[in-house]
Amino acid sequence: MKLREFNWRRFWAIVVKEFIQMRRDRLTFGMMVGIPLLQLVLFGYAINSDPKHLPTAVYSADNSVFARTLVWGLRNSSYFDVVREPKNEAEIQKMLARGTVQFAVDIPVDFTRKLLRGEKPDLLLEADATDPSAVGYAIAAVNQLSTTVLNRDLTGSLEDLRGAPPPFNLVVHQHYNPENNTQYNIVPGLMGVMLTMTMIIITALAITRERERGTMENLLSTPARPGEVMIGKIVPYITVGYIQIFLILLAARYLFHVPIVGSVPLLVVLAFLFIVANLAVGITFSTIARNQLQAVQMAFFFFLPSLLLSGYMFPFRGMPDWAQDVGEVLPLTHFLRVVRGILLKGNGFMDVMPDLWPIALFLVVMLTVGIKRYRQTLD
Amino acid sequence: MSASEFAIDVRSVTKKFDDRTVVNDIAMQVRPGEIYGFLGPNGSGKTTFLRMLCGLLTPDGGSGQCLGFDFRRDTPEIKKRVGYMTQRFSFYEDLTIEENLGFIAKLYEIPERKTAVEKSLERLGMVERRRQLAGTLSGGWKQRLALSACLIHEPQLLLLDEPTAGVDPKARRDFWEEIHKLAADGLTVLITTHYMDEAVRCHRLAYIAYGNLLARGSVDEVVKTANLTTWEVTGPELPVLAEKIRGQPGVEQVVAFGTTLHVSGRDAAQLRESVSPWMTGAYRWQQIESGLEDVFISLMETARDNFS
Repeated sequence: MKLREFNWRRFWAIVVKEFIQMRRDRLTFGMMVGIPLLQLVLFGYAINSDPKHLPTAVYSADNSVFARTLVWGLRNSSYFDVVREPKNEAEIQKMLARGTVQFAVDIPVDFTRKLLRGEKPDLLLEADATDPSAVGYAIAAVNQLSTTVLNRDLTGSLEDLRGAPPPFNLVVHQHYNPENNTQYNIVPGLMGVMLTMTMIIITALAITRERERGTMENLLSTPARPGEVMIGKIVPYITVGYIQIFLILLAARYLFHVPIVGSVPLLVVLAFLFIVANLAVGITFSTIARNQLQAVQMAFFFFLPSLLLSGYMFPFRGMPDWAQDVGEVLPLTHFLRVVRGILLKGNGFMDVMPDLWPIALFLVVMLTVGIKRYRQTLD
Repeated sequence: MSASEFAIDVRSVTKKFDDRTVVNDIAMQVRPGEIYGFLGPNGSGKTTFLRMLCGLLTPDGGSGQCLGFDFRRDTPEIKKRVGYMTQRFSFYEDLTIEENLGFIAKLYEIPERKTAVEKSLERLGMVERRRQLAGTLSGGWKQRLALSACLIHEPQLLLLDEPTAGVDPKARRDFWEEIHKLAADGLTVLITTHYMDEAVRCHRLAYIAYGNLLARGSVDEVVKTANLTTWEVTGPELPVLAEKIRGQPGVEQVVAFGTTLHVSGRDAAQLRESVSPWMTGAYRWQQIESGLEDVFISLMETARDNFS
C-alpha cells in the first residue's frame, strides 16, 4: 500500500465505527478496563515473594535458658510463628505432612550440656520445602540468627563459645527496593502483563469477528483499502491500551505507593512500541484463526510463555540458558525491564535502549508475517 | 467511460484455488441498463466471478473492461462505481440502520452524506426506525437495508449474490420491482440466483457449471440453443411409468411436475422411438415447449458428465 493512497477520512470512519461497536459491547469494554484494575488490586495486594509469620512447631526436649533464647530469637526474626508444641518426633512429621506447620524446630535433650562443653550440638530445623521460594528467606534468616542469637547468654566464662566474627565486614546495599517490597516489583510488571493479554486477545478477536460475520468481505468491496481497515481497527485499541497504562500508573502511585523515580512521559512514549508489537501478534493470529474461539486459544498459547518466561513470575536469571533465549524473544521480557527500569531505577532513554531494539525487531518480524498472511487470506 | 457499448466486457477470465480451477475461461458481455442473470449449481464459481469483478479477488487470467476500466488493473476505480451485495447479510448488526448507512457513505466519500443517508432512509421507509439496531431486523428488512446501503453511492453496476435467499415471496416481488426500476434508470445489474421465476425476469442469462460457461442469451435463446424436446405425459400411476422409461436410449430427463411428467431429450427422433411403446391407452402424450428448468437440469447433467 502506497502512503499517498491512504485516505484519512475513510480511516477515520472506521475508527469511529470501531468505537461505537466498542461502546455497545459493554461486557468487552468492561473487561478491557475493569478486569485489569480488579486484577491489579487483587494481585498487587496478594502476591508476596517474601512470606513471613510462617507456622512453626517447636519440640524442645531441653528446657534451658539457651533453648528459650533460641525460640525467642526465631520469633523475633518475624519469619516464624510458633503455633504448635508437639510431644515427640512422630507428631512433627505428621504436622509437616499435613501442612499444619511450615517449619519444625527440634532441640535435643542434651543441647545445653553439649553447648557448654563446646561440643557444638545439633539443632534440627525441618522445613516443608515443597515450594522452595516459601522457605528460602526464612532459612537465610536462621543462618544469620545462629551466629549471634546466643551471644547475650554467653557471658563471663562462656564468652569463648561465642561464634567468631567473620574476618571482614560484609556491607550489603539493596538498591531500588531495599525493603524487598514485592508490590514494587509486581505492580509495574502487571502493566506489561495486562497489555499483552488484552491487546492480543482484543485485536485477534476484532478482526476474526469481522471475517466470521462476513462484514470484512463487504468492507473490502468498498473503496476502503486493507491498510486503512487494519490501522483503523487498531487505533481504538491503542487508546484502550493507554487507558490501562494510566489506570495502572495511578494505582501504583496512590494505592501501592510504588516509588516512581523515573520519567513517566518517557515510559508512556516507549509503551507505544510495546503496544504495537502486541497488536501485531493479534493481527497475525487473526489471519490464521478461522473463528473467534481459535483466536482466543492462540492468544493464550502466546500469553502463557510470556507470563512464565519473561521474568514476571519467576526470576529471569534463574532459568537455564535456552529458556532465557526463548524469553529474550518475547516483547514482555524487555518491556518488564523497561518499566521496572524507568519506574524503580530512574533509567533514562539510553539505559533502556538495549531493551527497545529487541521489541522493535519482534514488531518488524510479526508485521511482515501478519501482512503476508493477510494478503493470502484475501485471495 | 470509454466508448464501449458494454458495461462489462471481459474475456477468458480464469481463477484457480491451488490446483482447482473454479472459474475457467469465461467471457461475459453485459450492456448498460441490463439485468443479467447468472445461474448455476452450488459451487459452480458464480460468487468467485462476482468477487473478481469487484476487485475482492485477483484473477489468474483474463482481460477486459468493467465500466470502462481495466478490470484487472483499475480495481480502485471500479470499486467506487460498483455496489456489491453479498450472499449473507454483511452489515453491522450492532450498529443502527442510520449508522450503517452513514458508515458506508463515509467509505465512499459521498459529498452530501447527510442528505444521501436521509434519502436512503426515506426510500426504505425507515425514517422512524433509524435508531434500531440492524441485528434486530427481520430477513426481508435486512435485505432491503443491504440493497439501500449498496446503492447509497449511486453505483453504475450492481452485483447481487443470491439476494433473495430466505426472503418471503412478497418481499421478493417487491425486490424485483425495485431492480427493474433501477435498471430502467440505466443501472446495470448482475444477479445470481437459483430460482427459475427470477431467471425469467432477467433480460439475459448465463449458465455456469463447474467453472465453465455452458449457455448464454435471452431466455428464449437459451431454450432454443439447448435444442431439447420435451413431452408432457398425463395418466395413471405416473411414478411407475417414470421408472420404466428412465434410462431408455434418448431419454435424458424424467421429471414429475405435479400431476404430469416431463420427459426430455436432445435427440428428438430417438426419444420418440424409445417412448412409443407407452404411447397408448391410458397415457396422454403431448409435445410441449421445453422450460428453462428442463434446459438447466439438462445442462447440469451434461456438465457433470463432461467436467467433473
